[in-house]
Amino acid sequence: MIHSHVLLAHGSGGRLTHDLIHDLFRSYFCSPLLAKGDDAAVWPANLPPEARLALTTDSYVVQPLFFPGGDIGTLAVCGTVNDLAMVGARPLYLSAGFILEEGLPLAQLERVVASMARSASEAGVHIVTGDTKVVDRGSADQVFINTTGVGVVSAGIDLSGANAMAGDRVLLSGPIGQHGLAIMTQREGLQFSLPLESDCAPLNGLVDAMLKAAPTIHCMRDPTRGGLATTLNEIAAQSQVGIEIEESRVPVPEGVRAACELLGLDPLYVANEGKLVAIVPPEMEDTVLDAMRRHRYGREAALIGGVCATHPGRVVLQTSLGAHRVLDMLSGAQLPRIC
Amino acid sequence: MKYLDEFRDAVLANRLLASLERRVSRPLRLMEFCGGHTHAILRSGLRQLLPSSVRLSSGPGCPVCVTASSDVDRAIALASQPGVILATFGDMVRVPGGNASGQANSLQEAKSLGADVRMVYSTLDALGIARVNPGLQVVFLGVGFETTAPTVAAAVLQAAAEGLTNFTVFSVHKLTPPATRAILDAGEVRLSGIIGPGHVTSIIGANAWEFLPRDYRMPCAVSGFEPLDILLAITSLVDMVTSGVPAVRNTYARSVRPEGNLIAQQWMRQVFQVVDAEWRGLGLVPASGLAMRTEYEAFDAARRFPLDLPPGREPKGCRCGDVLRGVVEPTQCPLFGRTCTPDRPVGPCMVSGEGACAAFLQYGES
Repeated sequence: MIHSHVLLAHGSGGRLTHDLIHDLFRSYFCSPLLAKGDDAAVWPANLPPEARLALTTDSYVVQPLFFPGGDIGTLAVCGTVNDLAMVGARPLYLSAGFILEEGLPLAQLERVVASMARSASEAGVHIVTGDTKVVDRGSADQVFINTTGVGVVSAGIDLSGANAMAGDRVLLSGPIGQHGLAIMTQREGLQFSLPLESDCAPLNGLVDAMLKAAPTIHCMRDPTRGGLATTLNEIAAQSQVGIEIEESRVPVPEGVRAACELLGLDPLYVANEGKLVAIVPPEMEDTVLDAMRRHRYGREAALIGGVCATHPGRVVLQTSLGAHRVLDMLSGAQLPRIC
Repeated sequence: MKYLDEFRDAVLANRLLASLERRVSRPLRLMEFCGGHTHAILRSGLRQLLPSSVRLSSGPGCPVCVTASSDVDRAIALASQPGVILATFGDMVRVPGGNASGQANSLQEAKSLGADVRMVYSTLDALGIARVNPGLQVVFLGVGFETTAPTVAAAVLQAAAEGLTNFTVFSVHKLTPPATRAILDAGEVRLSGIIGPGHVTSIIGANAWEFLPRDYRMPCAVSGFEPLDILLAITSLVDMVTSGVPAVRNTYARSVRPEGNLIAQQWMRQVFQVVDAEWRGLGLVPASGLAMRTEYEAFDAARRFPLDLPPGREPKGCRCGDVLRGVVEPTQCPLFGRTCTPDRPVGPCMVSGEGACAAFLQYGES
């Protein structure tokens, strides 16, 4: 590419747009469907009997673009892949729409695209169609990405936030709070002696292993924005059940705890990008935990609580002192305290 | 985590709770001055584990909550001036002022209408904004108690040393001992003891509370913020009440010294002078606020941007003032959880993490 920065002309649909698609997107995404260069990706719909399609979309506007443990590209692929995985879908294809700010260094865009290609390859999905727009300097913040994903849900799999039942167990795939704090400390230029890295990862492999072990899992959800507390509240409300969690069972890494103490934040409300909560029938608890712990993204999986028939729609936390209190949804944004 | 996990030990906490049960011989009402304590007590569930005869009341120790609505209005007016960047700690952006509906009534709303409001984590960040924006005026919104004031003083001293001409502070800092006096003088709540604020006392020193036993025969136990810290302070207060000998006990010795942090106190004295101040809930409290000294008037936003605003109005039906004096519990306010929620706060106590109403709602106390 002869230019070092994104120009308005890169989004004009003319030669520079074609060069960008050819030199950058097609070369990194390596998809035969994308390489055909048609207006839409076309593939045969060979669905097994009773399988269903799943479709999801998400937009990514994170700042900073690059943070310890990932970047906006890894997020844009993993986030959408994980949304498909949480309904039990095997992700197949993604679209990628880019809104670029005039003046963005092309080297940065290339880094982001390379990350997307790497994450897509890990997740086993193909990026098969895309779009690029360039807006005037100041009209966007460097780069915004939208990804839409299509996946297939096999027959017999029925994951939904509405499926939790009294008696079910609540499992968490690993320690919480890493992504949110990695972003926050990077954004605010805070330095901590303990490492804080985003946990951003595609979870479809983990979900696949869990569903192979126990196709009757009731619900899965990834606790992203709003954190674990908000996700549990969503499930409790959707299923009209109560959920009880034990504080001492929720794994929180030392670095996350320390940073949260200092900033006055609660790790239960901090975002994750590579964790999931699973609601499983009681008899499947050990089987699912075992399958999770054998997968690289579930090694520290833990039982953190259970589903009950009392207090429908509410999540109750048993504190480490043994008291019980409501664990509410996040209201507004978590703000650092004054004193 | 060292110095934290030890103070959250469930076995020790249960032992202290059992011993408290044996020690308490009559109903007691204790006030935790600090919003950080209210939060910690509810978050850990201590409130429901304490003997039923020990009742805790929240005090006015939430700097965001006690900021007068007229001061919030001033901050909004300052932020809305052309060429001004208003830098503030995060909690303040959502606090409602007393502006009529239809106008921006919080810094957050002012920001959405074009005011340049920036959240900072430290006063030094605000200085940094001033350095890189020499053509704009940076006003730091100085809200807080003795914990925050020294860091703001340090920023002013640094700005003076660097000769920065575009950095000012809008100081509405407040002092905690005069507010405690005001509550006791009002005599609205019958208290048996006061849990002293740990962070504030790290700066002002435990000796600063000696007036409580001397003038009011009121025991005071300065406490840290972990469950065991708070239990130790309550035990200490119960013992003083039982023995009939009030005193100031320091149960947060890993942070608090009798004389406090002398350097921080010196910075505060150098930059600020003590003035009467308007507190939400308490009204005008003599010698309870910090204004910039005339030597540092170049850094005083109140002087650089004189504003003539109508007096602030408190939101209708809001009982934040009574909550801040410990007269009612948050749940006794008719707006609590109905028209006043963390997403749509009517009063400031529903905004801040240190605010009693927000803590009661978040942790499901009713």
